[in-house]
Amino acid sequence: MNETSANPILSVNNIEVIYDHVILVLKGVSLTVPEGGIVALLGANGAGKTTTLKAVSNLLGAERGDVTKGAILFEGEEVQALSPNDLVKRGCIQVMEGRHCFGHLTIEENLLTGAYTRRDGAAAIRQDLDKVYAYFPRLKERRSSQAGYTSGGEQQMCAIGRALMSRPKMILLDEPSMGLAPQLVEEIFEIVKELNRKEGVSFLLAEQNTNVALRYATYGYILESGRIVLDGDAKALRENEDVKEFYLGVGGEGRRSFRNVKHYKRRKRWLA
Amino acid sequence: MEFLIETILSGLMAGVMYSLVALGFVLIFKASGIFNFAQGVMCLFAALTFAGIMEKTGLPWPIAFVMTIGVMVFVAWAVERFVLRHLVNQEPIILFMVTIGLAYVLEGVGDILWGSDVKVLDIGLPSGASDYMLDNFNIYVEKLEVFAALIAAVLVGFLAIFFQKTRIGRALRAVADDHQAALSVGISLQTIWVIVWSVAGFVALVAGTLWGAKSGVQFSLSLIALKALPVLILGGFTSIPGAIVGGLIIGVGEKLAEIYVGPFVGGAIENWFAYMLALAFLLVRPQGLFGERIIERV
Repeated sequence: MNETSANPILSVNNIEVIYDHVILVLKGVSLTVPEGGIVALLGANGAGKTTTLKAVSNLLGAERGDVTKGAILFEGEEVQALSPNDLVKRGCIQVMEGRHCFGHLTIEENLLTGAYTRRDGAAAIRQDLDKVYAYFPRLKERRSSQAGYTSGGEQQMCAIGRALMSRPKMILLDEPSMGLAPQLVEEIFEIVKELNRKEGVSFLLAEQNTNVALRYATYGYILESGRIVLDGDAKALRENEDVKEFYLGVGGEGRRSFRNVKHYKRRKRWLA
Repeated sequence: MEFLIETILSGLMAGVMYSLVALGFVLIFKASGIFNFAQGVMCLFAALTFAGIMEKTGLPWPIAFVMTIGVMVFVAWAVERFVLRHLVNQEPIILFMVTIGLAYVLEGVGDILWGSDVKVLDIGLPSGASDYMLDNFNIYVEKLEVFAALIAAVLVGFLAIFFQKTRIGRALRAVADDHQAALSVGISLQTIWVIVWSVAGFVALVAGTLWGAKSGVQFSLSLIALKALPVLILGGFTSIPGAIVGGLIIGVGEKLAEIYVGPFVGGAIENWFAYMLALAFLLVRPQGLFGERIIERV
């Protein structure tokens, strides 16, 4: 399966993002997501993963961020010219970091807000609601409880389900594993994989949990201080010595103490 | 006994008026987190426009009423387009200052357009005492006040259905909960703000009309906004039922206090009683009677 040759649904070309006119966060990030692919965007805190996703979904404006250079194309269309709700209508939706469910709305109402941009009638929305409940049976049990009182895992499911209600072609998934038990993380990623296979939804997911992300993704990019420092097939990345050492916590010679990690090493190898 | 009931009833009726003004505050605060200081002036502006259109064109009141709704929707649109859009994500205090400015602008525009004389708003609302109540129970009740209470009840019922059952209502509540997330699911904040300011404008029109029919449309109308403050503190800034119940409590409370406590302290309690009550409430229950409980996961 060679997905890099497939049509890109999303291409980000050398973008630069500045917050508040002064803080340069992304310094030329390029990436592509093939149609039907799962692409992982990896990196540490503050590397620029979330900023990249928000640039794609055009949510930066609300945070006084601005794409100053480069271009983002979703299905060949310039994203910067579209409003966030236009993008959702066209099938590109973001699931934000930290779930962001509407706390005072019930789970079902949360899901229904996801269908806000749709104009294809109540019956079709009802049908999709049942579909979401089929993927996340737990949401069906909690459908009438206020989202603010549900567990972290349920909220993450609710957030993904809500995005699904917009009938997306691509979901930008920001840190789905945040604050969840390992078992639950696997469960969420299994569903992502299933959605990708059955519904044909493409995913761009930002993750710190490199290990899980690279097992489910087909391709990966590694961000460091606003630059892509490494990219490749997920399998290749998993076997890359530097990724192992810096992100998976195992060095070539088995486990190592942090005392021996040499920081100049990665500068030399990746930024040369 | 009859006197007590009469006092309570007239308090309730005055309370309904406060509630209507407070309702407009709650709507905007819920959807955008903005404390709209201009709400009182919006009542004045709506009533002025309503009376002005009728006076200048001689149109029958239903047509003038619909035209005024149009004007209030335009005001909502203009506020979003020229003010709010440029202040996304600013501090609440900045937005609050903006609404103070807005209050002056609206007051000035109303003055320029319609003049500053007191206008009579005669749209055939019932007036005088209810003969039925007077004959059967020997209680004096103003017909207009009963009518106002009915209107308020209908309005609240309509708003409750709108917020709970419709797609737009759901989106409004979603925006109130989390701006960012609402944006991310494709809810356009701009549209929502225009809608919510329009609805607040409509509520202001109803409130302004009822006040205007009672005591004439005059610029002191904008000062009733100040009475809405203790109502909000009592009821909670985010609760529609709170605005109603808070208004009723303040209305009844100040009438009772005036009559039963007033004589001991030299009277004129009515003017400051509401603020005292609000102060006491702030100490005991700062989120108000019905204020949204802050959901916090631990």
